[in-house]
Amino acid sequence: MAILHTSTGKHHRIPSVTRGRKLDRLMPLVLLVASMVPILTTFGIVITLAADAWRFFAVVPLSEVFSTELAPLRAEPSFGILPLVNGTVLTSLIAMLVAIPVGLGTALYLSEFTSNRVRKIIKPIIEVIAGVPTIVYGYFAYSFVTPLLIKLLPGLGAKNVLSPGLVMGVMIIPIVASLSEDAMNAVQGSLREGAYALGSTRFEVAGKVVMPAAMSGIIASFVLGISRAVGETMIVSIASGSSKRFSFDITQSMQTMTGYIVEFTSGDAASGTTGYYSLYAVGLLLFIFTLILNLVSQAITRRFRLRAG
Amino acid sequence: MNMPAKQALKRRLKRRKRLDLVMRALSFFAAVFSLVVLAIVLYRVVVQSIGWLNIKFLTGTLSMFPEKAGISGVILGSLLLMVIVIPVTLILGVATAVYLEEYSRRSVLRSVVQTAIANLAGVPSVIFGLLGLTVFSRFLGLGSSILAGGLTLSLLVLPLVVVSSSEAIKAVPLFLRDASYALGATKWTTTWRVVLPTAMPGILTGNILALSRAIGETAPLVVLGIPALILRSPRSLLDDFTALPVQIYYWTLDTVLTPEYAHLAAATILVLLVMMFVLNGSAIVIRRKFARRY
Repeated sequence: MAILHTSTGKHHRIPSVTRGRKLDRLMPLVLLVASMVPILTTFGIVITLAADAWRFFAVVPLSEVFSTELAPLRAEPSFGILPLVNGTVLTSLIAMLVAIPVGLGTALYLSEFTSNRVRKIIKPIIEVIAGVPTIVYGYFAYSFVTPLLIKLLPGLGAKNVLSPGLVMGVMIIPIVASLSEDAMNAVQGSLREGAYALGSTRFEVAGKVVMPAAMSGIIASFVLGISRAVGETMIVSIASGSSKRFSFDITQSMQTMTGYIVEFTSGDAASGTTGYYSLYAVGLLLFIFTLILNLVSQAITRRFRLRAG
Repeated sequence: MNMPAKQALKRRLKRRKRLDLVMRALSFFAAVFSLVVLAIVLYRVVVQSIGWLNIKFLTGTLSMFPEKAGISGVILGSLLLMVIVIPVTLILGVATAVYLEEYSRRSVLRSVVQTAIANLAGVPSVIFGLLGLTVFSRFLGLGSSILAGGLTLSLLVLPLVVVSSSEAIKAVPLFLRDASYALGATKWTTTWRVVLPTAMPGILTGNILALSRAIGETAPLVVLGIPALILRSPRSLLDDFTALPVQIYYWTLDTVLTPEYAHLAAATILVLLVMMFVLNGSAIVIRRKFARRY
């Protein structure tokens, strides 16, 4: 207990000091409990997905899971996951065909070809694009891009893979652009100056010196972009529809893994049915896909940081 | 140098310069492309909502008839979600960040928590929806209430809050802590009276940005099973509800049956974007006005 000797000679206890000491012992515990939440969330996700996916895999044979026939609501349902994987891969592929060249071009422009002043204007606007909710892109894909594309390609369905794929690409441009630009900015100036001194043009410096030096960061941005595309939900569930066919015709409707989860939960999949558990099986697969992609991206970035630092 | 070699060199130089020009032009178009798309998106949304976004729309209640529909209850739903997300993420996020930065430097736990946060940040939002559906809606029996939605969104944006709060706390210079210890303050007093107030502008900025992400999220709420019915405005945190992005989703889907819903969706998007704009703007103001550099 703290004692204060004052000029009058009386002893005063200072309560705030005692309370302070108690708090000092107590707070680390409180904070420790709070910081368990991210760990618990991670375990929570893995356990909830795995537990209910387990019930699904206990009932449905693997040969059916890896088939191309998906008909969860039929009297004799079939739960082939390949149509969903196919829809996810095709939309992500189209998205990356847009996001990689445009994102990389944007990064090159911002990092190598323009003044700091222009960069300070354009970069924040591109970050705004990253902040637009994906539901807005979904609306845009369905009510603007699809009708526009139908004028060019008359055979295009009202719900199709092409339009959400393209719009998803636009959504992913900022991810590729901003991470690639960071990697290019981290390349030492002396490398550039050396190349200029040898008489290189700006593009030669960018393409033969800066990009190879920043390659791991650039690839990491692509991988992260793919992970976003695979996990993106609203654009595809609005604009690519819910057809469960296994095909490669991007002018027609297809369902992605994320789209399946949304369709089944927003409808009323009765709890306890195989259809309900199939949600978690698809969720688990989606979780594993994106986790692998994120880990790969992190590993590449870490290696790149080690080498740069 | 003989003539043919000189000419060859000149031709080569010309080709290199042309390639340089072409590639620089292409990269310029790439950079402008996203800006153009953003402009088209905004233009489209504004044009579609002209004549539909008015006081009646903002203050009215949901209706089957597009002309009569209003979104006061939907806006209220989004605001009530924020009422849950703000305190939950602020308390949990800042507590975690303080623990990581002030109390557990170089411990195993720190790296475990950081790994968990890095991985959670990459988990698709629809998966958080499944977690919320299982834990909050079914296990805790919260159904598709505002509380269930708010807690789900809080978990979703928690990694963002932890990361930005950590950055803000890291930026507090060591000499401030040392000065506090020199005056006899305990560790917690130093954290509470010195570190947190100094880091507060950065913490708030990160929190507001996370909040802006949360109110635009659709997938987790749809997965929680928020019904596409015409709901009355929520009265408590345990009521069923609809929020701006969810309403946009259902109206966009229903344009097949009622084309006018496209205008309602566009008007709702505009309301959502304005809300996000206000949030982001206030984050920038806080950062500019209160951030101190040492």
